[in-house]
Amino acid sequence: MVYAQQFFGQFFGTEWGPMFFSLTKNLLLIFAIVLPLLLGVAYLTFAERKIIAFMQLRVGPNRVTFFGIPWLAGWGQPIADAVKAMMKEIIVPERANKFLFVLAPVLTIAPALAAWAVVPFSPEMVLADINAGLLYILAMTSMGVYGVIIAGWASNSKYAFLGTMRTAAQVVSYELAMGFALVCVLMMSQSLNLGDIVKGQQGGSLINWYLIPLFPMFLVYFISGVAETNRAPFDVAEGESEIVAGFHVEYSGMAFTVFFLAEYANMILVATLASIMFLGGWLPPINIVPFTLIPGFIWLLLKIAFMLFCFLWFRATFPRYRYDQIMRLGWKVFIPITLVWIVLLGGIMQLPSSFLGMFPLNLWFH
Amino acid sequence: MSFPEISFYFFSTILVLSALGVITSRNPVHAALLLVLAFFTSAGLWLLLGAEFLAITLVLVYVGAVMVLFLFVVMMLDINLDQLREGFWKWFPFGALLALVMAVEVAMVLINKGFGIGQMPVPSPHAPDYSNTKELGRLIYTEYVYAFELAAVILLVAMVAAIALTLRHRSGSKFLDPAQQVAVKRKDRIRIVSMPSEKKE
Repeated sequence: MVYAQQFFGQFFGTEWGPMFFSLTKNLLLIFAIVLPLLLGVAYLTFAERKIIAFMQLRVGPNRVTFFGIPWLAGWGQPIADAVKAMMKEIIVPERANKFLFVLAPVLTIAPALAAWAVVPFSPEMVLADINAGLLYILAMTSMGVYGVIIAGWASNSKYAFLGTMRTAAQVVSYELAMGFALVCVLMMSQSLNLGDIVKGQQGGSLINWYLIPLFPMFLVYFISGVAETNRAPFDVAEGESEIVAGFHVEYSGMAFTVFFLAEYANMILVATLASIMFLGGWLPPINIVPFTLIPGFIWLLLKIAFMLFCFLWFRATFPRYRYDQIMRLGWKVFIPITLVWIVLLGGIMQLPSSFLGMFPLNLWFH
Repeated sequence: MSFPEISFYFFSTILVLSALGVITSRNPVHAALLLVLAFFTSAGLWLLLGAEFLAITLVLVYVGAVMVLFLFVVMMLDINLDQLREGFWKWFPFGALLALVMAVEVAMVLINKGFGIGQMPVPSPHAPDYSNTKELGRLIYTEYVYAFELAAVILLVAMVAAIALTLRHRSGSKFLDPAQQVAVKRKDRIRIVSMPSEKKE
């Protein structure tokens, strides 16, 4: 690292050297986050097909393998799918707005990847350790809806436009409930920095995680997350039985795949945020020897994997919501619950500490 | 030129161009999207000033929510440009007057000695652990709490008024109450009848 810094100093001079050095370093770090993420997305599609297949007593993809190794049967499927998508032609409809039509997938995936900049993977592993990390993530995820809106409008197709209107209304309404649920988390941790939020959950065991004192908020956050990513049972945006495929009906080839990359990247993001904010991030469940030997990054991965499994489980289990029921759940159930909980939490936090100390089981409020 | 200066000119150029695009674009959807770009770049400018809370809130509130609804409405409108142009000369004097007032106001700030940049104290650099959000929250909820609450109440009144003005109940609509639907039990809907199986004659 020091040698690289010196090299940049000699090559670009003392004025520009440090700037180019930090630029190169950050670019490499971004690659180190984005490449495993995209690989994770590819294998999440494989996991989804396999897990749902097992739940429905099927086999799932079991043909494509690497170098003919029989016990890897099926594991080559995501790679084959990616190659297939890249080979296909991207068809731009005749009367479509060409510039916006191509811009839409880019606008969908860019915020989904940008939000990862502030995610802490372990106490030291974070690209941008900014103070307003939680706010930044909310801002970035709220940008994702533009890709969907532009895609539906630029396609110049009625089905795409109907899908767009459904998605935009759904995402904007669930963003509110999601934001309010996260306000509870930042009230508990008294910080917007994601690393500090995890550190606020330290204390020996999983009882200290915000999952326990904020359990209803965890449910609200996770269900809103499922609705935000347009996953089953809230997948009316692409309800194939109702509006063919929703906003991306006119897309083909890689442009179509980019929408799915963004959807799965958003799923992983919601799972990661739920793990960080409610399940203690990189902290082990119990602070005793066999658990503390495992590195924090592995714990975070395990928690993310569990949350993602829940996403797939929901998809295999629940029937699709009707549209007015989705709206009712967001506006009339979740937002009142979160508002009441915020006031309640504020009230509890304002109680005198001598009173809070009277409860022996109270581990969270001091 | 240092890196912040380069970023400043980069953001400013995009901001000015996209703001010009908003008023010159013939397609209302393009205009709305350019406005989104203008908001986003001005958030970048605020980040350069060290106002990270305001910058991110601008993106969260205006880009993430307000403009989405705006775009939503604009996309569904069928706007005829010729119809819009009809009243142009009739309203031109009024618009020109507004523009003049705004230009005079800006000139007062820029030219007047009392407002000039030399009159402003140089802001002191903050400590590395300085949190913009925390400071702003402290000020809003202590020193400026009445003004803040007043603004909130005015917004709430406006919201309630907007809903009250547009709310109308249509008679004869086949509305189903989801709460009742969700609460339905099996015995409300089906009756299980025990019947002897028929015998073959």
